[in-house]
Amino acid sequence: MTVASQVKQTIASLKGIKATLDTFYHVEQNEENRQLLENSSQQISQVIDRLENRVKVLEYEEPQYKGF
Amino acid sequence: MPEWLNILIRSLGLFALTLLLVRLMGKRQTSQLTLFDLITAIVIGVVAAALSLNLIENLGNGLVALAVWTLLPIGIYLLALKYKTVRNIIQGKEAVLINHGKVLEDKLLEARFTPEDLLSQLRRKNAFKVADVEFAMLEPDGEVSVLLKKQNQPFTPSSLGLQVNHESVPQTVMLDGVMLDEPLTAMGLNRNWLHTELEKVGVTPENVFIAQVDSVGQLYLDLFDDAVLVPQPKTKELAYATLKKCQADCEMYALSTRQPKAKKMYSECAEELDAVSAELKPLLKR
Repeated sequence: MTVASQVKQTIASLKGIKATLDTFYHVEQNEENRQLLENSSQQISQVIDRLENRVKVLEYEEPQYKGF
Repeated sequence: MPEWLNILIRSLGLFALTLLLVRLMGKRQTSQLTLFDLITAIVIGVVAAALSLNLIENLGNGLVALAVWTLLPIGIYLLALKYKTVRNIIQGKEAVLINHGKVLEDKLLEARFTPEDLLSQLRRKNAFKVADVEFAMLEPDGEVSVLLKKQNQPFTPSSLGLQVNHESVPQTVMLDGVMLDEPLTAMGLNRNWLHTELEKVGVTPENVFIAQVDSVGQLYLDLFDDAVLVPQPKTKELAYATLKKCQADCEMYALSTRQPKAKKMYSECAEELDAVSAELKPLLKR
């Protein structure tokens, strides 16, 4: 498994967590918890963005593995 | 009129009347019975019984007695709601039995409490050692309330310095296989959502005895058919574990890459995920 595909896997997991937090956010009634869930979801999407940028660099460096 | 018919009619009438009068007296009688409440209840019961068995020849006299013994307490309670002195007279005052860990013997005597009584009341509150008790109070209804010394109090999250999640009451959304719309709407959910969730765990709605939804929308089920194992919702724990795994992944990438810029980026990501998981821990794990 190449580094790019490993990072992609991590990104997928993070997206899964973000989706879970978002569903919790929509059902949760407590304002404090809603705030916490929203902030966490935003922070996670920032991390996702950074990792996705890194994947682009990795794929540019090793184009033969692109798409894996 | 034969006597049994007379008693039957009287009993039925008094049954309804007593029920009405007791309802009028309010709820507090049953929840905390002071001696006075007890006496009132007994008198009402005895008068009603004597009347229905025709022991009192004159029905009117009995009804008057019954009226006095129900209306007077109602009146006194209304007065007691307004005036503290009335309250003290009819309900009695609470008395401090143990203060700063020391038994107050004169107060015990005043309350006609023997040391054995005190010990047995303390034991009922799980205080087997008098030395563990900081403060004990005799309530007007004869029960003893106990405050243990700080070091003997049970752990609470705040005494451990733990942050916990504000969890609100779970809503009961299904009973006896019937979906309850009101709690569902209160959670912002609907029947379709419930059908989907039940399908996910592979359970038919008719098979559900009790279904509850917690504050983040996880469904807990109890089925009629106890042979079927329902998976407990693990979404929260799973999300937390995955988050931790992603953090570890980022740390690993940071260690394995040779580019300083990427190394920095990865470790920053790891730190950020660490912070997020620390913030979410009370919500997801506790």
